[in-house]
Amino acid sequence: MSLLWLRFALACYFIGLVYAFVALTRTSDLFSRIALHAASLGMVFHFVSLTELFLSGQVVWASVHNGESLLAFLSMTFFMVVYAIYQTTSPGVVVFPIVFFLTFVAAVGEQPVLLTQYVSHKGWLVAHIILIFTGYAALVLSFGASLLYLLQERRLKAKKSTSLISFLPALEVIDQIGYRTLLLGFPFMTLGLITGSIVALTTYGRVDFLDPKILLSLLMWAVYMVMVFTRWNSGWRGRRAAFLATFAFVAALAAWAANYFSAIHRFAAS
Amino acid sequence: MRVQLIGVNHKSAPVEVRERLAIPESRLPDTCRDLTAYPGIEEGMVISTCNRVEIVAHTTNGSADLRGFLHDHFHLTADELDAHLYEFREKDAVRHLFRVASSLDSMVVGEAQILGQVKEAYATARAVGAVRGQLDQLFSRAFAVAKRVRTETAVGSSSVSIASVAVELAQKIFGTLEGKTVFIVGAGKMSELAARHLMAHGCAAIFVANRTYERAIGLAQRFNGQAIKFDDLYNTCDRADIVITSTGSPRAIFRREHGEQFLSRRKNRPMFFIDIAVPRDVSADMAKLDGIFTYDIDDLQQAVTSHVADRRKEAELAEAIITSEVERFEAKLHTLDVVPTIVSLQDHLETIRQTEIERVRGRMGQLTPEQEIAIEALTRGIINKVMHTPITTLKTAAKESEATTIVDVVRRLFNLHERETRAPDSKKEVGTRQ
Repeated sequence: MSLLWLRFALACYFIGLVYAFVALTRTSDLFSRIALHAASLGMVFHFVSLTELFLSGQVVWASVHNGESLLAFLSMTFFMVVYAIYQTTSPGVVVFPIVFFLTFVAAVGEQPVLLTQYVSHKGWLVAHIILIFTGYAALVLSFGASLLYLLQERRLKAKKSTSLISFLPALEVIDQIGYRTLLLGFPFMTLGLITGSIVALTTYGRVDFLDPKILLSLLMWAVYMVMVFTRWNSGWRGRRAAFLATFAFVAALAAWAANYFSAIHRFAAS
Repeated sequence: MRVQLIGVNHKSAPVEVRERLAIPESRLPDTCRDLTAYPGIEEGMVISTCNRVEIVAHTTNGSADLRGFLHDHFHLTADELDAHLYEFREKDAVRHLFRVASSLDSMVVGEAQILGQVKEAYATARAVGAVRGQLDQLFSRAFAVAKRVRTETAVGSSSVSIASVAVELAQKIFGTLEGKTVFIVGAGKMSELAARHLMAHGCAAIFVANRTYERAIGLAQRFNGQAIKFDDLYNTCDRADIVITSTGSPRAIFRREHGEQFLSRRKNRPMFFIDIAVPRDVSADMAKLDGIFTYDIDDLQQAVTSHVADRRKEAELAEAIITSEVERFEAKLHTLDVVPTIVSLQDHLETIRQTEIERVRGRMGQLTPEQEIAIEALTRGIINKVMHTPITTLKTAAKESEATTIVDVVRRLFNLHERETRAPDSKKEVGTRQ
């Protein structure tokens, strides 16, 4: 049943995906409103799906698909918060495709073959997953914002930006969206890694720093920290910030992919 | 529908004429009442703004003497007024009204104020009962069309002067201009104008630097700003978000190395240079720095030109919307026009049917309820079959705007008396009766 709701959500997000492609070429108030409503409806279905999964007691916290679903939902939540504050749907250009992809993978229902080790402290595991995914979601949005920043900067520099139609908000607004989500995501990411280490410690009695998952996670965290620091210290934005954000995003993807190679961080089938 | 429109606007009449026709808001209700009391006028409304005075009326026979009303009401002679008047009827009046509401007939095409003014005029006329049925429909449609034009085209969304383009660009960079700082380098008319625009949009502090310090002080005082010695320019400039520069310097005063200094002191917060000097005050390589945006006079001019061109393009789009909406409204009205004829035709045949039944009833003796029903069904059936084609033809004709001819023929054929069925009645069922 929860999978069914998720597929409804997927259908709604699909409209958002179409919006993402259309918005790059033309602006339509009506369409962005439709996309917004579809996305909200999608979130309702998504929420129902997650709640049902949770209440059914069958939730497999470490399932890769449940994880993707949760990450997609959290990314959408960030998107909606940004919309509530800045009244812009433009981050959707980046967020919608990512959310669609994550939900798609989660909703097709192919069972992953990886199995998790027995975990003794479930509470820590749940905390770890929610914290780290909130961090990931913030990173997704911040990455999106930095791409939009580049795009808007290009347009302004090319001096063709004065045409009537531009779906992008002002440069400083995009910058604020990116920076604030980055700041907000950092503590979550940090705490997520700490709780992750606690889970590893209680399960294995030690943290294997040479494990690819842990190495890449630390790398990602380091890049994240460099981003926050350079921004805070010297106001890096634009091209340099976008490179860093891309790097952090790739590191996050690599850390995610490392699940498939890691000996200790394995997912269970849902 | 017999709608007539008469009026003057900024194109047809000089301000001396317009001001004699202008009606203060407090007098509008009385004017509306006078209008509807005038012979031949059923409903009427007055739009009075600084650029136009127009009278829209729904008339009894399609040719009310609106000029006469204007002469009487404003105590003006035909010589004084008539040369400046334009008058539209039917479709043309509808089109004109749609264009006015959509701000295509405005002095500044696309300005948003006019729609509000028309809405107020409508509310006033409605409050005194001068607008009821047909005009009500017409204006509701006009507002819907104006909304459509506004959402589907960008005719109302861009500015057309260099100063307003500068403001718009600044908003693209900074979002809100609330609390931003402006630096004027080199006092001049144009930079002062741009600064005034920026201040009007919320910019807070202002600095002025000029080779002649006294002029800087003079300008700074006008803006409640602060004058800066020209030698201190580079030390102060990083405090400004927007720099408007227009000095007569033969070589660039802002070069890449200055830009780098500013950015590092500003922690890379963006800066916007509006360079209206010729030769330019900002060197070309400044624009290569991340976070520095420079627009010279040609860029601004180009933006203005492209805005004007965009507006023209958008206005064409809007005109196309108006045309299709006028057609739609016309089609709907024509359908309404044939409605009274269809109703009279149905009534006419129904009367014949009932008279004939009554006439033969005596000869048929006592009828069982079943027989009564059968006779009803039979006679109705015949009438419905006979009426089907004429009604369909009337409805089709209405859509193809041949209504008047066909209506005329049908009325003569069936000897229908003119039953001026008004809007409320015409909502009566017009399909074939069962």
